[in-house]
Amino acid sequence: MHPAERGLDEDSLAAIDAITARHGNRPDALIEIYHEVQEALGHIPEGALPRIARALNISRAEARGVFTFYHDFRDRPAGRHVIKLCRAEACQSMGCRSLEAHAKQRLGIGMGETTGDGEVTLEAVYCLGNCALSPAVMIDGRLYGRVDATRFDALVDEFKRRAAS
Amino acid sequence: MAAARIYVPGDSAACSVGADEVAAAIAAEAAARGITLTIVRNGSRGLLYLEPLVEVATLEGRVAYGPVTAADVPGLFDAGFLEGGAHPLGHGLTEEIPYLKNQERLTFARCGIIDPLSLDEFIAHGGYAGLRHALELAPADIVAEVAASGLRGRGGAGFPTGIKWKTVLDAVADQKYVCCNADEGDSGTFADRMLMEGDPFALIEGMTIAGIATGATQGFIYIRSEYPDAIRVMKQAIAMAEAAGWLGDDIQGSGRRFRLAVRVGAGAYICGEETAMLESLEGRRGMVRPKPPLPALEGLFGKPTVINNVLSFAAVPTILERGAKFYADFGMGRSRGTLPFQLAGNIKRGGLVEKAFGVTLAELVYDFGGGTASGRPARAVQMGGPLGAYLPVSLFTLQQDYETFAENGAMVGHGGLVLFDDTVDMLEQARFAMEFCAVESCGKCTPCRIGSIRGVEVIDRIAAGIDHKRNLDVLTDLCETMTDGSLCAMGGLTPMPVMSALKHFPEDFEPRRATLDAAE
Ligand SMILES: Cc1cc2nc3c(=O)[nH]c(=O)nc-3n(C[C@H](O)[C@H](O)[C@H](O)COP(=O)(O)O)c2cc1C
Ligand code: SF4
Ligand code: FES
Repeated sequence: MHPAERGLDEDSLAAIDAITARHGNRPDALIEIYHEVQEALGHIPEGALPRIARALNISRAEARGVFTFYHDFRDRPAGRHVIKLCRAEACQSMGCRSLEAHAKQRLGIGMGETTGDGEVTLEAVYCLGNCALSPAVMIDGRLYGRVDATRFDALVDEFKRRAAS
Repeated sequence: MAAARIYVPGDSAACSVGADEVAAAIAAEAAARGITLTIVRNGSRGLLYLEPLVEVATLEGRVAYGPVTAADVPGLFDAGFLEGGAHPLGHGLTEEIPYLKNQERLTFARCGIIDPLSLDEFIAHGGYAGLRHALELAPADIVAEVAASGLRGRGGAGFPTGIKWKTVLDAVADQKYVCCNADEGDSGTFADRMLMEGDPFALIEGMTIAGIATGATQGFIYIRSEYPDAIRVMKQAIAMAEAAGWLGDDIQGSGRRFRLAVRVGAGAYICGEETAMLESLEGRRGMVRPKPPLPALEGLFGKPTVINNVLSFAAVPTILERGAKFYADFGMGRSRGTLPFQLAGNIKRGGLVEKAFGVTLAELVYDFGGGTASGRPARAVQMGGPLGAYLPVSLFTLQQDYETFAENGAMVGHGGLVLFDDTVDMLEQARFAMEFCAVESCGKCTPCRIGSIRGVEVIDRIAAGIDHKRNLDVLTDLCETMTDGSLCAMGGLTPMPVMSALKHFPEDFEPRRATLDAAE
């Protein structure tokens, strides 16, 4: 066992092994495997990489290279809610730069960061395919259009209400 | 009396402005009033400025109301909208709305009309007629038909689809593949998403025809992870097509074999580049492969592979059903057929407009789009995604045609058009183009990987007025190096938005007063 894997608990190890096995330990399934591990564990812990590499018979460097290449994969847990703000051109034309400034200020965090209470992670994304209804935001996989500062605040308040109840 | 039939789009853009809430409100209001009705969650008609667009089936046709909020619902019932009653949000017959009526819809003919996940409705509206015809033809004849239609790749580069298919057909191999590029990462584009969510069987049909035409028996649809709804709908549609014998080992008793699977991207723009997509499909980093070898000869797992965009595949059934000539009769010059243009950004009537090539930017921006959403004067359009040129109002006369745009240092790309009003800062936009390239570069070659970072720095110096003239020369030089020295169009085309901004909007590249004051 690679030393990093010792940081994983039994359940995580079992989940990772089940996922790689379901994909027949095929290297071409690596990205699908990462998606599923992240779905199951909330992130891809350090120790998962050598374990997956071994199962797929690829080098640890290869596993790490793929992990770091893609923006979707994270090495630490995200907040309970992930807010993705579109930063691309169509949204820029409708003021996403000031929406981003507002979001950072409202949440007190920068892009790629999580609030201290673990409630919200803020991330940049380049186009959500909602460019005709920009600025666009995605929250926990759900798309929102025409998001101004007021609507943004209403969406965040909604979390607070749910978390409080 | 039969139960009323109401359409409330399930398209994610429609839902992003409240379609789910509207559907729920309609169901609740109907229940409270003791009315039975059927709510169909159709795709979007593409009139996104009217979303959520609710339609009611009447004897005269479908009547449209929009944009509807949940709060409007009781009033709509009071106005008798179930019989097409008059209401301030009413637009009369959907098909008569000029925005829709003035389009030439071939690829998007069914989108927004049918229940996306009803095979029966798909077939009742002409679905699978193209494949049925293809099953009667020899592979070479299918390829010849596609070639004769003049169809060029809708993903951006505009390469003739027929030539690509012929290369794969002629290649000898034990296994061939069909890959659909549904990575749609360009800002201002959403047609792939709309089609996958609104008419998924159209894509399946097009890919199946491609498989039969080239001898490929396995297909993959590479969908970006930012599109969870499209992923879900496509997976369901594939399972349904399989269960009904439209995919599998013996398609409709023809003895032809074709299977499909969905693969999900992981947030990397470069994976839209076809060879990077192949790398990603093989479980690796999305690093661009040098060409040759062409993917048509050595593609996925080293086997001959057809790679096309969603819209290219979705155009094929019409060509097989109605003939190459029918399709080729639309368009101008060497740009044949129709393109689903996407009107986005600061635009009053954003949405999808499918038109024959030859339509002008002005027609799209003003006649369809209604000008800016802000009501301020328009200043620029970025056409063709983040690697496309910024064009000034004086060039809105340009006709949409691959060659016309190329001659003007611009590109049609995937048909996405982003409008900006006069508050746009073009230096800021040029800087963003470089920044985006730096973030999304695959890192394989220096002009792109390092050049983009240097590009941001040089533009900052220009803004600050440091060695102004010399830094403008450095920027021009750098752009030339990126254009000439990059392996793929990521680094090769990033200079297009940058240099077009500089060329058409030089006043924005003057040293900035505020920055200068701060520096003093
Ligand atoms: C940086 C980059 C990004 C691209 N993104 C896409 C994309 O998102 N979708 C797409 O279909 N083609 C994209 N392309 C073009 C593809 O490489 C390829 O030309 C296309 O998928 C071929 O299909 P077509 O002939 O049907 O257009 C991109 C190219 C580059 C260089
Ligand atoms: S131009 Fe950029 S994205 Fe393309 S191969 Fe070179 S480094 Fe990669
Ligand atoms: S540019 Fe923001 S959703 Fe497309």
